[in-house]
Parts: sequence; C-alpha cells; structure tokens
Amino acid sequence: MSANQIDKNQKQDVSNHSAVDQEKRKFLIATSAVGAVGAAAAAVPFVASMTPSERAKAAGAPVEVDVSKILPGDMLVSEYRGQPLWVIHRTDEQIAKLSNHDAQLTDPNLEVPQQPEYCKNKERAIKAKYAVMLGTCTHLGCSPAQNFAITADWDGGFICACHGSKFDLAGRVFKGSPAPTNLVIPKHQYLTETTLLVGEDKESA
Amino acid sequence: MSLFTKKADELLNWVDARFPLTSNIKAHLTEYYAPKNFNFWYFFGSLALLVLVLQIVTGIFLTMHYKPEALMAFASVEYIMRDVPWGWLIRYMHSTGASLFFVVIYLHMFRGLLYGSYRNPRELIWLFGVGIFLALMGEAFFGYLLPWGQMSYWGAQVITSLFGTVPFIGPDIAEWLRGDYLTSDATLNRFFAFHVIALPLVILGLVAAHILALHEVGSNNPDGVEIKKLKDKKTGIPLDGIPFHPYYTVKDMVGVVVFLIVFAVIIFFAPEVGGYFLEANNFVPADPLVTPAHIAPTWYFTPYYSILRAVPPIGISQFPGVAAMGLAVLAFAFLPWLDRSSVKSIRYKGNLYKGWLAAFVVSFLVLGYLGTVPANVWGQFGDWLGKADIATVVARVFTVIYFAFFILMPWYTKKDKTKPVPERVTG
Repeated sequence: MSANQIDKNQKQDVSNHSAVDQEKRKFLIATSAVGAVGAAAAAVPFVASMTPSERAKAAGAPVEVDVSKILPGDMLVSEYRGQPLWVIHRTDEQIAKLSNHDAQLTDPNLEVPQQPEYCKNKERAIKAKYAVMLGTCTHLGCSPAQNFAITADWDGGFICACHGSKFDLAGRVFKGSPAPTNLVIPKHQYLTETTLLVGEDKESA
Repeated sequence: MSLFTKKADELLNWVDARFPLTSNIKAHLTEYYAPKNFNFWYFFGSLALLVLVLQIVTGIFLTMHYKPEALMAFASVEYIMRDVPWGWLIRYMHSTGASLFFVVIYLHMFRGLLYGSYRNPRELIWLFGVGIFLALMGEAFFGYLLPWGQMSYWGAQVITSLFGTVPFIGPDIAEWLRGDYLTSDATLNRFFAFHVIALPLVILGLVAAHILALHEVGSNNPDGVEIKKLKDKKTGIPLDGIPFHPYYTVKDMVGVVVFLIVFAVIIFFAPEVGGYFLEANNFVPADPLVTPAHIAPTWYFTPYYSILRAVPPIGISQFPGVAAMGLAVLAFAFLPWLDRSSVKSIRYKGNLYKGWLAAFVVSFLVLGYLGTVPANVWGQFGDWLGKADIATVVARVFTVIYFAFFILMPWYTKKDKTKPVPERVTG
C-alpha cells in the first residue's frame, strides 16, 4: 500500500464516522442501559445470600439463667445469640463503689441507650445484686477480662485485652478507653426470684 | 538435521500456526531485554511468583483434608498435622509460605521505593502491584480464620468489627460480611470460599496484568535509566539490555536456591518462628465466649494494626483509626504522582530523600514491632503527659512520620539536590 492509498483509506474512515446512524446509536445506548440494570438486578440474590440466614436469625431465642448458683463477688458466663452473656453477683461493697468514680466515666448517666429503660438506674440493673450484660466490648467486639480485685485506684471491673478498654462492674466505660459506649444490657426479666430470662422482657412478651 | 529434531520442528510449526507459542516465548523470555545491571533487589519479583505457585499447590492439597465447618475445622487441621501422610509438611509449607510471601513482597516494594520503579511510564505496573498487595492482605486475613483457633476467631472478630465503625452503614456491612451477628460457622464457610477461589483468581489476574504491563514498558533498573533510549542501530536491541532467558532465569535460580534454603530451615527447625508465623493462641480452639489475654495480628499486619491503635477516636467514633489504617496501605498507590524528583533512582537522589526514606523504614519497623506487643509494654509517662502509655505515644509519633513521608513527598523530592544521571547504566 502506498502512502497515498493509506491516506485515502483514512479519509474514508473519517467520512464514515461523520455519518453516524443516530437512531442505531440511541438503540445501542438504551440496550446497554437495560443490560446494566439487568446485571445489577442479577447481583441482588448474590449479595443478599451473604446476609444472616433464617437459621442464624432463629438462633436468637431467649435463654434462661439460674442466678441462685452464682456466689457473691463471682460471675457466670453463658451464651446469648452466640455472644458471651455475663451475670455478675455483686457484693454490697461492689455496689457501694459504683457511685465512686462517676467523674471518670464516659457516660455515667446512661444517656446512650445501651440498656432497656428499666435498667437506666444507678446500678444498671433490675435487682442491684445482679448485673446482666453482654460481654462484648463496644470497641471491636472482644470479650473484656474479669478484673475484680479492688485497689486504691480501681473499684473492680473489666479490662479488654485487645485494646485496653476499661469498664466498671455496671459495664460503664471509663474515659480514655477506645470503646465509645457502655456495654450492652439485653432485654431481660425475672420469671421467679432466681430465674432470669434474657432476650425477652415484660413489654415484649 | 536428525530425524528427531526435524519432527520436533514440524510439531512446533504445527503448534505455532494455531497458537502463538514461539512468539510468546520470544516476547516474554528469550527476546525480552532487561537491563544488564540488575542487583540483589531484583530477586524478589521472581521469588514472589515462586511463592505464589507454592501457596496454590500446597493450598490445593490442604483443601483435600480440611473441613470448613466450625465444629470440625480445628480438628481437621490437627488431623492434617498428625494423621495425613506428610500433612504436617504441606501445612507448614503453606503457613511459612504465607509469611515469606509478605517478606518477599515488602522487599519487592522497597526496591520500587529505592529505584523509583513506580514512576512514568510504570505507573500502571505499580498500581497493579498495589492491587496485588491489597488482595494478598485479604487472602492472608481470610486464610488465618480457617484453622479456627482462638487467634483466628478473635482476629476475624476484630477486623470485621472495623467495618462496623464506618458511619451509618457500618454495622450492616459487618453483619453482611460475617453472615451472622458475630463471627460464626457462616463466616468460616464464606472465608473459605474467598480464600480458596475468589481472591486467588483476583491475584492471578492482577499478576498477569502486572507482568504484561512490565513487559510492555520494560524493566526499570538501579540507575533509573531508560535502556530503550539507546538501541543498537542494526538490531534495535537496547545497548544495555540482555535477554531475560537465559541471563536472568539463571540468575534468579541462585535466588530461588537461597530462598528455598531459608524456607526449608524454617519449616524443619522453627515452623512457628517464636510465635510470629504461627501464634501460640492459635493452638487453642476458637471460643466465642473468651478472648485470649493478648491478641495481636500476625507480624505482616502489625505496622497497620499499630496505626489503627495509635489514632485516637473522634467523639465516640472509632472510624478515624480505621480510616488511617486503610489510608496507610492505599498511600502507596499515589507514589507515582507524589514523587516530583528529576531522577528516579536513589543513586542520584539527594540526602533529603534518603533521610525521609530511612525515617519511613524506621517507622515501618517500629510500628511493626509495637503492633506485636500490648500498648503498656513500655510503661506510662508521668502525670505531665496524663499517664499516657509510652508505646502509644511513640506509635503516634511514628504514624505521623509514616504519613509525612507520603504527604510531604512532592515538596522534599522537588527541593532535594539531585546528582546528574548518566546516559547508560553503570553496572
């Protein structure tokens, strides 16, 4: 092919471009748009298949705990929705110390709704003796470790191993912790004097 | 010509008429001209490819015995270690390979920083590389859950919770990733799918793109000189270029031998590497009710984990730390446009760049170390600094240096006193 011929061919190309069939182009754009919508719609079942299954949702049934077996100053770890559920039998001394450190707490007055209304009190509990809470750190989901020994500047509570968040025996978070909020208190009620039902309260039942 | 070679030639011609075999061998091996002055730092690209192959092969054999199910996963790994013939070897090759993959990749990336390998015209090679780095981090993270030990479990719990800190949509994303309200069997099952098929496909695709882009523009070299500028007038071959095969295939084999010696020593004598490659807590089965006393990611994530811990929350939101961690990884992608120096290679850059690069390397190493230990490891400052953890304050300082390396780069690379670059490579 000579240089001249190439030049001619290019000119041919250019003239072809100028004669764009607008109708065909609109049709192609519309087809592509519909195709894209179709592809997005087809992605829905795949994305949705990754959300919690019906079985996982059903596993959130309420659990019963017998609190009479927990010795004063001790705590019981059971499971609620796969998370650690703590029931702490607080001694009178431990309850008295709760109001000792309000100034060091992030949310001493329980303004962030991390507990049911009936636990929005000084002890964060229905019965002051028994603290019920989920042992899942509100920072990144580790389970804080028990640290009940009382010292000069520690009234007993929990320290999270992962990032050092500190909580008191009512699950209230201390200032300076990476955890933003107090530990969660799930809905609960007492069926008898010593039988605790977690996951359901008088309002929801 | 013997009958045999004649027949072999005929067969090759038959194939070449139907598939570009000879032309591809030429384009990528025998007639791919690489600069003749490659040094030690140029071993790590081919080593990364070797480790990738090792991980895929050992991984395939592990899936023949492993069970991605919460009640059986931990036991199936122990079964591989104790009852499967040579199972221990295959598993240790895979776990050691994971750590060495990061050793090799980090050194490979450092080579890029030394010689300006990310700069025009190699931006896309670099971006594909950053993509591989990200995919590899995902691959390692998903794989780490599979043994279903305590560290697997709580590591996954913490990392998926990170997504929960994204404002507004975070908790829904975390739940969607886990497929449950917390890390569970559903999480394990999908992480297995990501680990054995989804991400390996992504990585292979990116590696292919990385190499194709490299072979399009040609390799950089320790002098940062473009060898394609000076070509032999008759042959069109770069004056400073030598064919990749046999010159660099032979050189790389030396690297492979040394690498395999190190690899074998670790596998046979110290597969856990003092808890850095395989953490002690991961020999305890996952327990969703008890977090182990000290949790830390495997060593290759610790610089980023340190940054996560170091950045304080804003109000009650943890998102700043998470965002900083993400940015610390993504920052590499911007290098091609941050570096304004008139030269590519550190050989011709001035003391300003050398100083910043040294500071960056020190930050990376210190942050990496701090990520393996609890925040109170060095005790606390006195009252004058509010009794802050010393290690946390140090991590904050080095986090600032880490980011300053990137953010101030346009300024200090421009101001730097560079040396004249030679016409040809210096050997």
